[in-house]
Amino acid sequence: MENAKESANEPVRQYRIGQLDDFIVRIGRTITVKGVELAVFRTSDDRIFALENKNAHRKGGPLAEGIVSGHDLYDPLYDWKINLETGKVYAPDSGQIQTYPVTVEGAEVEISLPV
Amino acid sequence: MTTTKEKLVLVGNGMAGINTIEQILKLAPSRYDITVFGGEPYPNYNRIMLSYVLEGSKTLDDIILNGWSWYQENNITLHTGTNVTRIDTAAKVVMTDSGSTVPYDVLIIATGSNPIMLPIPGKDKEGVIGFRDIADCSIMLAASRQYKKAAVIGGGLLGLEAAKGLVNLGMEATVVHLMPELMERQLDPVASAMLKAELERQGLKFLMEKGTSELIGGERVEGLRFTDGTELEADLVVMAVGIRPNTAVVEGSGIEVNRGIVVDDYMRTSAPGVYAVGECNEHRGVCYGLVAPLFEQGQILAKHITGTATLPYEGSIMSTKLKISGVDVFSAGKFMDSPELTVIRKQDEWKNIYKKLMLQDGKIVGGVLFGDVMDSAAIQQWIRTGATMTEELYAEFMGTAAAGSQSPAERIAAMPNEEIVCGCNGVSKGAIISAIQDQGLTTIDEIKACTGAGRSCGGCIPTVGGILEYVLGDKYANTAVKTGICGCTTMSRDEIVAAIREKRLTTIREVMHVLEWKNTEGCSKCRPAINYYLGMAWPQEHEDEKDSRFVNERLNANIQKDGTYTVIPRMYGGVTTPEELRRIAEVAVKFDVKMVKVTGGQRLDLVGVKKEDLPDVWSALDMPSGYGYAKALRTVKTCVGSLYCRFGTQDSVNMGIQLERMFERLDMPAKLKMAVNGCPRNCAESCTKDIGFVGNDGGWEIYVGGNGGIKPRIADLLCKVKTDEELKEVTGAFLQYYRENAKYLERTSDWVERVGLQQIVTAVVEDEKSRRELNERITIALAQVKEPWSEVIADKEIREHVYGNLT
Repeated sequence: MENAKESANEPVRQYRIGQLDDFIVRIGRTITVKGVELAVFRTSDDRIFALENKNAHRKGGPLAEGIVSGHDLYDPLYDWKINLETGKVYAPDSGQIQTYPVTVEGAEVEISLPV
Repeated sequence: MTTTKEKLVLVGNGMAGINTIEQILKLAPSRYDITVFGGEPYPNYNRIMLSYVLEGSKTLDDIILNGWSWYQENNITLHTGTNVTRIDTAAKVVMTDSGSTVPYDVLIIATGSNPIMLPIPGKDKEGVIGFRDIADCSIMLAASRQYKKAAVIGGGLLGLEAAKGLVNLGMEATVVHLMPELMERQLDPVASAMLKAELERQGLKFLMEKGTSELIGGERVEGLRFTDGTELEADLVVMAVGIRPNTAVVEGSGIEVNRGIVVDDYMRTSAPGVYAVGECNEHRGVCYGLVAPLFEQGQILAKHITGTATLPYEGSIMSTKLKISGVDVFSAGKFMDSPELTVIRKQDEWKNIYKKLMLQDGKIVGGVLFGDVMDSAAIQQWIRTGATMTEELYAEFMGTAAAGSQSPAERIAAMPNEEIVCGCNGVSKGAIISAIQDQGLTTIDEIKACTGAGRSCGGCIPTVGGILEYVLGDKYANTAVKTGICGCTTMSRDEIVAAIREKRLTTIREVMHVLEWKNTEGCSKCRPAINYYLGMAWPQEHEDEKDSRFVNERLNANIQKDGTYTVIPRMYGGVTTPEELRRIAEVAVKFDVKMVKVTGGQRLDLVGVKKEDLPDVWSALDMPSGYGYAKALRTVKTCVGSLYCRFGTQDSVNMGIQLERMFERLDMPAKLKMAVNGCPRNCAESCTKDIGFVGNDGGWEIYVGGNGGIKPRIADLLCKVKTDEELKEVTGAFLQYYRENAKYLERTSDWVERVGLQQIVTAVVEDEKSRRELNERITIALAQVKEPWSEVIADKEIREHVYGNLT
């Protein structure tokens, strides 16, 4: 399993993906950056999380349309519960989804992707 | 390592053996050094649940009864994939195929049984198997992916379960049976014929009175040849003609074997210190092949070994339940009519129910149930206690019971403590009672986790609930409702709705805050439910909370497994025009729609539309949403009716269109389907709709609570009306009564069963004031609905932020 966190020496590049107000609270949105399809969520504490838009379920499927509760997501197809911070799937299901670091500077939202 | 503990060796890591060990551990937790040998590479699993694994309703993990950790926690040495090959009763040691020799003080043999493989030419070909263990199950699962045709030899319990599993896996399965009746060792010809008809309906094929003489093919089996010279093609052959006790382990040991390993009433074999339990043994000339007797034997053996007082085992009453979803069959004791028996019989071909009770000299000695097996526990108890037939029992059995006969609660009170409640896991009434009392259990889930009762097929859960109620008495009422609508709360639907009304709560946040939700932002179960209850209670005040809507209702389209969506435009009454059809076709081409499908509700479905294209597709269609994704009125299906049909007595098309226009877009607890028929021929199938109308010369019949889906149910007649106006008024009242009283996600079919038809008839038909008020309230709610597609098209921000894919 790949680790969700980039190692410090791996080169990453930051991409601007919009302003905070482009994201509706607790309603996910799909954004494709450099060929990577991301599911981006704004939680009720105004934090932004980005995950690869692909469920760890063997049938795959998107995540962006799930129901957001705190820092957790219930996926739209199989109702798996997923932690937005780590991408880990809660028991009884299992798996991990790739997460990407997001920074919010003022109103600007930026995401780091490996080069 | 030195130890003074006695050495207990168990040969056979299956249900009978491990259940015995569990009983021993309860009675004498640290008395023995326990070693277990098992031939399969798994910990103890629930063999009788293999049918469900094959059927696809359970996974292998679901059926593990004792995981690896259980063995560790109880200091049991487990050798899987190891067979004991020899027992030396003089030296008191067992020898294994891995070359080790292990001494014992107490030896329990629980090697179960093997499927009987017919000794016919071709039986060793690839693709010929029994149905006994996980390996067989895996072979069947693999075969189903590659091959199409399966044959199951044997129309008994196991054969039918295997065949149903194969059909569910997409194979064409034919059951080949030597006898003229299925399950002839458990069922009489009437029940057997009903069973066959039901299984044929479910897709099984049958060849009766056929003896198989040879399996034909090359290296892999390609077919069966019968004694009459005919043949059947098959790429997979499952032999399910019976089982034979597996006694190989005692060969050469001098232990007495007849058909099975011979045991006395305490499971003792002819060798001192050696016991045999379960399917491998023979007790008083009987070899059992069903689960309940094994547990009864295990209990007595455990008590005997640990020196606990016990009654001798005197044999079990054979009872059978078929484990195929949706087919309820039960039989116990004597089941065949014969001159010395008095037979009480009830056969209902409309509801497809058959019940039979057998009396000998006035005492109940057997019974058969088909279609409704609610009485199975009672029948088992009547047979066990040798109950004498009385007027009260008769009334109870025939469903004509008046007040004063034995209630379910009285029956639970009368049940002896030793009686096995959960046949799958061998849990007795006494064990459940002690678990409740000693550990302070208050819910069925806790009992399940603690005792295992109800953990497997779930058939005993009503009885478990009854025992819980019996033990807790008054406390039960207080604790039972404390399973909330989800893990976030202990409150029930009714309590939440009452609080919403009384405390005037108008947002989900408020509900969760005031009602002290454990999880501050709720979960995917409670959020959509509360959003619905708020909209139902406060139609004018509540603002729909999109972030608490399930994806389909948030995006107004139905999500598919690949993340694309389906679009169903509204076609009122299933009627369209050439112009509309042309537009739909143009849109399908322009947006590269993957499939255009006619739905079961007479609408057109564009399948495979990308999320970002949805608003453009809707705009190009220029039609309202057909709500094919919503918990709301889906479609009103209609027949041609009196407009054109020569049989039509009512204008079903126009009535359908009017109803669809009247009630569309309003949130319901669950999806809702209607049908309008112009005559009793019922071409639009009212009987399987939430509300169905059947026209006749003098008016309409209104049916409610039908369902053609996961749990089919034929609708009940709500009332007859004379005019179109009355029809609409009753429909409005019914819908609002359903909206106000059902649980979120509860279909009308379940709701009608839960509250009972009479209550609904009173509220929406008989009580005129109630009917009028319900109509007033639904009118207010209907005034708030808006067409969702045009709203999205008009809102640039929503289009961008919710539907857009930013690149």
